[in-house]
Amino acid sequence: MTSAPLPDQPEFYLTVAALLLVIGVFGLLRRRTLIGMLISGELIFSAASLNLMAFNRFKAPDPTAGQIFVLFIMGLAAAEIAIALSIIIAVYRNYRSVKTKELSELNG
Amino acid sequence: MPSFPASQMIVGAVFLLCAATTVAGALIAALTVRIIRSVCGLVICCIGLAGLYYFLHSPFLALMEILIYVGAVCVTIVFAVMLAEPEEPVRDDKRSAAVLWGGLVFLICAAIFWGLWQLGAQQDWTAPVSRLSDGSVAAIGKALLTTYSLAFELISLALLVAIIGALAIARTGRTDPHVSEAAREFDEAKRAHSAGLTPSDLVSRQDAGAPVAKV
Repeated sequence: MTSAPLPDQPEFYLTVAALLLVIGVFGLLRRRTLIGMLISGELIFSAASLNLMAFNRFKAPDPTAGQIFVLFIMGLAAAEIAIALSIIIAVYRNYRSVKTKELSELNG
Repeated sequence: MPSFPASQMIVGAVFLLCAATTVAGALIAALTVRIIRSVCGLVICCIGLAGLYYFLHSPFLALMEILIYVGAVCVTIVFAVMLAEPEEPVRDDKRSAAVLWGGLVFLICAAIFWGLWQLGAQQDWTAPVSRLSDGSVAAIGKALLTTYSLAFELISLALLVAIIGALAIARTGRTDPHVSEAAREFDEAKRAHSAGLTPSDLVSRQDAGAPVAKV
């Protein structure tokens, strides 16, 4: 290991980001409601953002590029949340349920 | 070196607290049964993540993380939870199948983590020889209005379309509450009765509307 203090080691941030991604994927496969899957998707977004920020801080020649990229990720995640939640509410109006097992009309 | 005694240790402890908060919040978000606790876990995770951004020399993004995720996204999810009341269903499938499926998912996730860790932590990434800017808020603002102005305009357009689209989608199917109460009983009777679906069923289901919130 390097002798730098812990906040200055990129490996630590990358490990935390990998943990976030794995927890998000696990939750995405485990959840049985649409809103729960959406929350796990947000965790995956966070993992990507943290990864980008770690590389931006330690390895990028232009430190503004990664920050602006992460800012755009946040904006797009907010837009995605707005659309997905309105779809979920519309689905609930039609089916009275947001459980993924009951939304199987197109299943054939 | 800073003059305050043991300041290095205090900074390290705060940093470890941020990282632990992030991971613990993510675990709460992914593993709890009740969905409202999951949203609270997401809030905790985002607060810890904001601390990590601060340690990554970006207080602007830390502020934005709190503002957008905790202040907007999580509150919106809480509203959707209140409107749609999604209780996590009880496990009705067989116990052994659930354990098998969970073990498989856990194995896949562990493999992903191991691969990423090997790739990220063990690799010797080359550091840049020089920095083009200092990464301050002023530099971000200049870059947003010069280099990234097209992306800036595009994301404002995307947000506008998302707002209008969300309104348009969430508006369909709204009816008068008195009508929708009767329609709901009719719809439930029909659902209990019907085995196959006819077009008239679908139309009535579309028109049935919703009891919005029971509170």
